Amino acid sequence: MPKVKFDILESTCVPLPFENVDTDQIIPARFLSATSRLGFGDNLFRDWRYTKTGEKNSEFILNNPDYSGQVLVAGKNFGSGSSREHAVWAIFDYGFRAVVSSFFADIFTNNALNNGLLPIVISDDLLKKLHNLVQKDPGTKVKIDLMNQTFTILMTGDSVKFGINPYKKECLLKGLDDIDFLLSMKSLITSYEKTKSL
Amino acid sequence: MNSKTLFDKIWDSHVVRSIEDGPDVLYIDRHYIHEVTSPQAFNGLKERGIPVMRPGKTLATADHNIPTKDQHLAIRDQLSRNQVERLSENCQKYGIELFGLNHLKNGIVHVIGPELGYTLPGMTIVCGDSHTSTHGAFGTIAFGIGTSEVEMVLATQCILQQKPKKMRITLDGEVQNGITSKDIIMHIISEISASGATGYFVEYAGSAIRCLSMEARMTICNMSIEMGARGGLIAPDETTFSYLKRLSSIPGIKDLKSSINEWSNLKSDKDSVFDRDLIFDAGSIKPMITYGTNPGMGMAIDDSIPMTDKSGNEASSSFIKSLDYMGFKPGMKLLGHPVDYVFIGSCTNGRIEDFRAFAQIIKGRKKAANITALIVPGSKKVEQQMLAEGLMELYKDAGFEVRQPGCSSCLAMNEDKIPPGKYAVSTSNRNFEGRQGPGSRTLLASPLTAAAAAIIGMISDPREFITEVKK
Repeated sequence: MPKVKFDILESTCVPLPFENVDTDQIIPARFLSATSRLGFGDNLFRDWRYTKTGEKNSEFILNNPDYSGQVLVAGKNFGSGSSREHAVWAIFDYGFRAVVSSFFADIFTNNALNNGLLPIVISDDLLKKLHNLVQKDPGTKVKIDLMNQTFTILMTGDSVKFGINPYKKECLLKGLDDIDFLLSMKSLITSYEKTKSL
Repeated sequence: MNSKTLFDKIWDSHVVRSIEDGPDVLYIDRHYIHEVTSPQAFNGLKERGIPVMRPGKTLATADHNIPTKDQHLAIRDQLSRNQVERLSENCQKYGIELFGLNHLKNGIVHVIGPELGYTLPGMTIVCGDSHTSTHGAFGTIAFGIGTSEVEMVLATQCILQQKPKKMRITLDGEVQNGITSKDIIMHIISEISASGATGYFVEYAGSAIRCLSMEARMTICNMSIEMGARGGLIAPDETTFSYLKRLSSIPGIKDLKSSINEWSNLKSDKDSVFDRDLIFDAGSIKPMITYGTNPGMGMAIDDSIPMTDKSGNEASSSFIKSLDYMGFKPGMKLLGHPVDYVFIGSCTNGRIEDFRAFAQIIKGRKKAANITALIVPGSKKVEQQMLAEGLMELYKDAGFEVRQPGCSSCLAMNEDKIPPGKYAVSTSNRNFEGRQGPGSRTLLASPLTAAAAAIIGMISDPREFITEVKK
């Protein structure tokens, strides 16, 4: 697991205002055959990004030169479906560091946090407002402050608190690793095993 | 004494340590792995220079990307071959049992775990695959995990996990003739939506659940994830125990009788409280089919596609986009709509009872000329059972070719792809855009509905083919 730190991020946004974007859309199964974590960004949203003949689909947002940034603004129920962590690797590898939505699938949230990609839940209303702003002005910037757990739309000053598990927050702020943490508990784990086998 | 749900009992007894304001360190009894989501986890171990802590608690199979024809030959796709070879190397290096390609016990991970006796009541079970929820049918806490978590389990036999909320879904009433457990779970998902159980772990209860066989229960638990739930479980009972008694061996169990005595206590206390309680009438469920691009977009087969999405948003962009992809319009009926492909198989409906159900309808009939059928047993054992019961002959006589086991067209990582724009009635679990191949159009349904479509060549009501009362 890469040790990635996250503290403050100020960035423009890329809007993807569809509901129920599942992990098969994020990275289709036929691109899961790699054995490393790298390079999945090339196939992020593959079947929306390219036409059937393999050319860039100019109507898709990632191919629109007006939009760029490290924050993906998604629709409700983002990341549902398969548990493939490749979906998170693809989003991260493409260059996103945070995904904003009003609702994430459970496994996606875990996978994102385990890879330094911050999933931020905001209200349906604020999400709608943000989508409208970004669609009108691709220069719309947001600021994410993990320490204070605030999400701010800089142009309007809309600022909300977002939730995150305190343990995961500390891991992200300090770049800590779950496996190091679990390995440090090995004696506790072996004594648990002994009580179970009695 | 505090009353507890079954979920609480199993979870709490597996907590090694609770982190304040954080996740629990949860001990894992059984870890299943496959070729697609494990290589990066093994790379992680290698980089850290650490071993697999309890190799005996992990079991491996190759299922996701393997071909379903000519399995004795080398896999043609180089990347897929590489993944399968890496799995073999990693299992050998770390001392993990592997039922790889061509092994007599090979098959889809969620089919072989139960049929080989590796899934047992009261266990915590994880796998880098969201349909791990299948194993909940035995009264286990089983859920899908990401590759970072696979690495955690390999390294420490534990996982860091936040305890989910609890939901109970009670199903009472008598299921009608021609209705399978696939229809039951598809009905529930269509009612509560593809995200309606996100954040929850489900317990299925009620008389209609108790009547179901183990394989039917696995189909129900399998699709828990399709409504967003972490998993779903069913308390073990006589049906569970007689399934286990019939197995030729159960690894690690010396005295099955005393284990069954212990497992008999695995149930929710009478007055235990769930965060959400839902009740459904099993008697009103009809054969189900999906019309859109998520499993929540399902309806009774003789219904019309709704005019609005679940939240009543007429012509919401996501709803219209989904119907456009499928080539459907709001208000349309699907009965009589032409079909190009039929797929029976997957961890949802790839077990012997599913192939018997399919056989019930195709027996003495012929496959429609316009249908290409992909008939894929869930495991070598299922394949052997089909042979022993004469199903191979029966399928052949009806014009169907039976393939070799694997995940196949459910996620189309191998060559079993549905071509762009073609309609497939599929017994699998996901109708996402492109799930069965780029541009493929999936209609999820039961094995009976798939059989009716395969014979008629159109979407058809399976009840018209069923004469005897059979659940």
